[in-house]
Amino acid sequence: MQRARARLSVGLKTTTWLATRASRSWEALNMLSEMVIRAEGLHKRYGHNVAVDGLDLQMARGEVLSLLGPNGAGKTTTVEMLEGYRRRDAGTATVLGEDPEKAGWAWRARRGIVLQSSEDVSDLTVAESVAHFARFYPAPASPADVIDRVGLTEKAGAMVRSLSGGQRRRLDVALGIVGRPELVFLDEPTTGFDPEARRQFWDVVRDLSREGTSILLTTHYLEEAEALADRVAVINRGKVVASGPPAELGGRQDAAAVVKWFGANGWETERTHEPTSLVRRLESVFGGEVPRLTVTRPTLEDVYLELIGAAGTAPSANGGVIGNV
Amino acid sequence: MSSVTSGQVPLETIRVHGQSSGQPGTARSGMYRVLAASAARGQVELKQFFRSKDAVIFTLAMPAVLLVMLASIFGHTVPHTNVRFSQVYTTGLLAGGVASTCFLNLAVAVAGERENGALKRLAGTPMPKSAYFLGKAIQVLTICVLETAVLLVFGHFVYGVSFPDSAWHWFTFIWVTVLGAVCMALVGVAFSSLPRSARSAAPVANLPLLVLQFISGIFVPFTALPKTLYNVAGIFPLRWIAQGYRSALLPGYFTKVEPTHGWDHPQTALVLGVWSVLALVFAVRTFRWTGRGER
Repeated sequence: MQRARARLSVGLKTTTWLATRASRSWEALNMLSEMVIRAEGLHKRYGHNVAVDGLDLQMARGEVLSLLGPNGAGKTTTVEMLEGYRRRDAGTATVLGEDPEKAGWAWRARRGIVLQSSEDVSDLTVAESVAHFARFYPAPASPADVIDRVGLTEKAGAMVRSLSGGQRRRLDVALGIVGRPELVFLDEPTTGFDPEARRQFWDVVRDLSREGTSILLTTHYLEEAEALADRVAVINRGKVVASGPPAELGGRQDAAAVVKWFGANGWETERTHEPTSLVRRLESVFGGEVPRLTVTRPTLEDVYLELIGAAGTAPSANGGVIGNV
Repeated sequence: MSSVTSGQVPLETIRVHGQSSGQPGTARSGMYRVLAASAARGQVELKQFFRSKDAVIFTLAMPAVLLVMLASIFGHTVPHTNVRFSQVYTTGLLAGGVASTCFLNLAVAVAGERENGALKRLAGTPMPKSAYFLGKAIQVLTICVLETAVLLVFGHFVYGVSFPDSAWHWFTFIWVTVLGAVCMALVGVAFSSLPRSARSAAPVANLPLLVLQFISGIFVPFTALPKTLYNVAGIFPLRWIAQGYRSALLPGYFTKVEPTHGWDHPQTALVLGVWSVLALVFAVRTFRWTGRGER
């Protein structure tokens, strides 16, 4: 009980931003602040290659957490250690209250996994595949509902082998959520999607999240993380080098703005923490409209690239929310 | 500490999770889960198999076609007996059919499912791991029974092979089929870890099978094989399955041309049993649910 309370207070501090999403009831807040993932000092090496090097990660119930990082940064290894596919060399991990290496089938029924790529079950129809996987879970959703949810109702009778890449991916999601998991792992779910398919897919994820499912999303697409994630964690060289809400990552919200305009001598730019007064000054200089004026702050991509570039040298010099939240 | 966050999740979830948290259930419910999941797997495996009609037809027809070809080459009777070679071939191809359905089929299919992510996906669900293997067993045993029936009926009507003519012979026929199928299936699953990729699985598994089929008296009558070669075949299961089928289907006096002048049932059961255990141990130690290239 005491532990739960301690966990709660930590949770409250670290997830105040979640309050906007939380229902007002105390009970809901209590559940939201529970940690579904708590990993400390994860290590994994393959031969001489250190894939995960003292990684810490926490994820609150109901959160959509996105893992970002370059190829080979250790994202997939980390996720697989949390899913229970892979053993860690060192560190501790608690997922949904249990150690993934020791947890049994009941635990496996509480989390759903959507893997990177798979070409199995191709001689079954969509409806048959979903119904088949539903049979492994103690309290599955109705297969028809799940199929509807991922937008495959029209394809329910179609052979899996006949699906397009995007449809196939949505089936993967259906198979991952048919057991009504509390926590879903989505590993690069939209790789190779066209923009429209990607947006449809995002709606499926948002829908799940709205119902309170916790989602750990690995992705290469920064706009995907920005669109879906409550929080992103940037992994580089086997460590979390920064984490925070996308809008605040790496101190984005406090970063200097770049003001750019077309002056008498061509393009001019100025970096400033007070763009409003600069613009006001420019207005009086130009006596009205400032030609081709833009005011920008670093994009998530700017911050991300800086983080993975600078990670080896001084990861904490970036300000903002560094390390674990 | 139940785990429900949304009003949309009905109460039964709470009950199920509450019940199971920390306690993987009683032995009885565990057994029920294994059986239910195995039935689901077996059903899906069979559905997928019967859906590829061409594969079904060719799988079931192959031993019969081979029988016709081999019987047309060796038309005479086995020396000192009234048994025609076509009848000996029928028993041999029954054994060969069990080997290819169980061993070859599984070695290739499991390697393929490891590579295409099917195994990984299943391992990520609450499915008891044993259900995958029991599902495969249901599949290969069904195919085995069908293939055996087709060949037996074909051999009976075309080459005058008599059906087992006593309860004892039926008993022999059945245990040889079941033990042979289980043994070859276990060897197949164990073997699936050896090929480097799904694409290489078929050639890698085919070569040893073909060699065994030659030296175990499947394609070449065992009476025509050099003694050493046939003795080497005695280390492996296939020769014993073929001998078991001869004991169930050929007249009793046929033992006089058998190398030991007997049916050697205890040895047959022993060799198949030892191979089953070895294959099981090897499979348990080497079986991977994820592909080789993955890390």
